[in-house]
Amino acid sequence: MKLFELIGKYFILMSKVFSRPEKFYIYRRRIFDEMDALGFNSIGIVAIVSVFMGAVITLQMAINLESPFIPKSLIGYATRESMFLEFSSTVVALILAGKVGSNIASEIGTMRITEQIDALEIMGVNSASYLILPKIVSMVFFFPFLTIFSMAVGIFGGYLISIATGILNPESYLDGLWYDFRPYSITYSLIKAAVFGFLITSISGFYGYFARGNSLEVGRASTKAVVVSSIFILIFNLILTQLFLI
Amino acid sequence: MIRTEHLVKSFDGRVVLDDINAEFDKGKTNLIIGQSGSGKTVLLKSIVGLFPIDSGKIYYNDICYTDLNFKERKEIRKDIGMIFQGGALLDSSTVEENVRLPLDLFSTMTPAEKLDRVNFCLDRVNLHDANRLYPSELSGGMVKRVAIARAIVLNPKYLFCDEPNSGLDPMTSVVIDNLIKEITEEYQITTIINTHDMNSVMEIGEKIIFIHDGKKWWEGTKHDIMQSNNKELNDFVFASAMAKRAKMNAETCEKRA
Repeated sequence: MKLFELIGKYFILMSKVFSRPEKFYIYRRRIFDEMDALGFNSIGIVAIVSVFMGAVITLQMAINLESPFIPKSLIGYATRESMFLEFSSTVVALILAGKVGSNIASEIGTMRITEQIDALEIMGVNSASYLILPKIVSMVFFFPFLTIFSMAVGIFGGYLISIATGILNPESYLDGLWYDFRPYSITYSLIKAAVFGFLITSISGFYGYFARGNSLEVGRASTKAVVVSSIFILIFNLILTQLFLI
Repeated sequence: MIRTEHLVKSFDGRVVLDDINAEFDKGKTNLIIGQSGSGKTVLLKSIVGLFPIDSGKIYYNDICYTDLNFKERKEIRKDIGMIFQGGALLDSSTVEENVRLPLDLFSTMTPAEKLDRVNFCLDRVNLHDANRLYPSELSGGMVKRVAIARAIVLNPKYLFCDEPNSGLDPMTSVVIDNLIKEITEEYQITTIINTHDMNSVMEIGEKIIFIHDGKKWWEGTKHDIMQSNNKELNDFVFASAMAKRAKMNAETCEKRA
């Protein structure tokens, strides 16, 4: 019963979030601010995680494909497919659910308990839309760019490790990257990124917006936001893969 | 003028406000007083519409606020300014941005006109050269003054203050009290202040409503308080030794006269 109540509350909040904004130019400014706060500030962590993951995938492939019958270029191919199909969208989304999700839930939750949201409501502002919509829009647009960035950095990580360790010839790695290349993999990954961006921001915004009580409750709301966002990312990863790849 | 009729509000079956009938006059500082937990804040937030009420009516100048839909209420809310206990300034915005926000959202002013209006309001609350500061860089008194500036920036008809003196030293409290009173008289605003600070009551209480256990227990002016025989009100008002002494002095003077 409580689950249905929660789902109902979520959709009611989303209907408030997507209602007509008071003034578009203020929302536009806020969207750019949020892109900076949530998107640009995540570039560092995405770069670090992606470069290491690309390098590790390449190393593991090289270690496990020690057969004279398997061409070395397959290592580059496997790295590319892993990065494009799963890592750069899904794994990066899970990492960002922790970083961005907790940030959003704690920011909005703190605004709730310090009456800042009440102050907006008193001014006649649609607080749900004013606070959550710019975050959703900015992440839905920016997360696909982060995904492309992660793909490029991850593949570069694999290339670097092939040079640094000499475990495979960099030319073979590059050959593998172009082997059976289908641009649809990128489209599929970008669609997933946009959906995950929406899930992270809307779910975290929901838990923050309905936080009550004190700082402890804000902490709990933040944790719940991360856990629920992560679960929904995994569920939607399955659904989207079924829809777009099979 | 704001009026409540038979206002009832409960939380999870527990009645917090019971049959409140009250009238708050225009151009006066109307005070709601009472102990912590008596229902003052709930009454204030119910009147502004932050808490939906169980039954009863709330009137803003003969417009029944409780009968209005969300869109119609929004129009009245543009005439409302509110000062929250902790200031409730947006942490991520500067002083100037905080005060300008209502103008950005609801006015058709040019950026230069907005800046003039913001500076006028900040001057009015005696806050100079603070435009670029963030709320975390302000003192408690400054936060309250910025909150007042933000509340009056759209020339509101109604001003609500939830414990405007909480956490302030006595001198700053007097400054804030006098500021609210001056603004109320200057712009003929209907001001409702929620407080348990007896200094404020004796300083600016033109009309006082005493709430006890969720009920309206007493109504009068700051002059009536001294003569009241209401036990609960006297227990609340004369709880401090200083206030007791003031009452005894008043009684002695009366006897001598």
